[in-house]
Amino acid sequence: MTAMCDVAFLLLTFFIMTAKVKTEDPVPIDIPKSSIQQPVPESDFATVSVGDQKAFFGVEGVDIRKETLNQMGSIYHMTFTPEEQTRFSSINSFGVPMNQLKQFIALSADQQKKYAQPGIPRDSVSAELTNWIRQARIATKALHNKELRLAIKGDSKEEYPVIKDVIGILQKQKVNKFSLITDLGSAGGAPKK
Amino acid sequence: MAELDTSGGGKHKGGKVRSKKQSTRVDLTAMVDLAFLLITFFIMTTTLAKPKAMDLAMPDKDEKTKDQMDIAASRSMTILLGSDDKLEWYIGEPGKSAPTIDNFGPTGLRKTLIEKSKEVQQKTGKYMFVVIKPSDKSKYKNMVSTLDEINIANIQSYGIVDISAPEIELLKKDGLYNDNK
Repeated sequence: MTAMCDVAFLLLTFFIMTAKVKTEDPVPIDIPKSSIQQPVPESDFATVSVGDQKAFFGVEGVDIRKETLNQMGSIYHMTFTPEEQTRFSSINSFGVPMNQLKQFIALSADQQKKYAQPGIPRDSVSAELTNWIRQARIATKALHNKELRLAIKGDSKEEYPVIKDVIGILQKQKVNKFSLITDLGSAGGAPKK
Repeated sequence: MAELDTSGGGKHKGGKVRSKKQSTRVDLTAMVDLAFLLITFFIMTTTLAKPKAMDLAMPDKDEKTKDQMDIAASRSMTILLGSDDKLEWYIGEPGKSAPTIDNFGPTGLRKTLIEKSKEVQQKTGKYMFVVIKPSDKSKYKNMVSTLDEINIANIQSYGIVDISAPEIELLKKDGLYNDNK
């Protein structure tokens, strides 16, 4: 009994140490494989997820999320109550245009999963994705005095034009260095057909 | 398990009266149950294979391109990414040499990249420059594999550039510009 108890707690300690809660994407994203070994940074990091021709945005850090939301609110003439801000800061990744955002925040976590998110508009007229990225960068600079690192998390089956769009949005803000999220592949990386 | 050992103090003939020895055993069942419950929870929620980040530096898209470098055609290799997980590559300028159709993976692109970069190194004494041009019909996966192969082949200078019309024609001619199913 004592031995089993020891083993159980050893395993428990191990899992608690290595735990990082699984982040669910709004659409299933199958990350492409590569042989890169570099881990994804834990903070000051934003991800643009691309899947199903839609773009989703998520940034790490509760304080940055709140600040970004407030700045976005001031651009699009919306105000968010403290409760809405708290609720928003627990959302990992979202893909709704600004006019649906309040409605989306009000939903429970379960309903948010089921909600058909249309993706953040990428066009240059409303420039919502551009603004989200820019405001997140400004918030990171203001709160942590660091440069926000950006990454694109694309679905392997995604067609290139959508990715090109997102890269174009990043480059317009002079973000020329970013990361692509990949998965460690087997046998030297290159996925076999 | 949950027993309490009471065998400590029996009757001793003529001895001193000893206090009963208390057992040091504690019932662990509940604790172990809880431990396993937590283990199960953490196994379910953790992601052991953490995603990796591939760094990518794009060329500055500045309109004032004053410090653009010309690369000799002899040591630039262009990779066109087509549909159906296929690619085409050629050395030098488009149209001058026939493009070769290749596939992704260890026997295709990787071999080509390693061979050609050695060849260019020997011929010109300088490194090879790789230009990646993904077409609109290519998949994101293809772009990542290409970048990965470039990393494996240890090529330092490369860039992702938009594809031009004559190159799309090349892909069309070889039937690598199909709509994705």
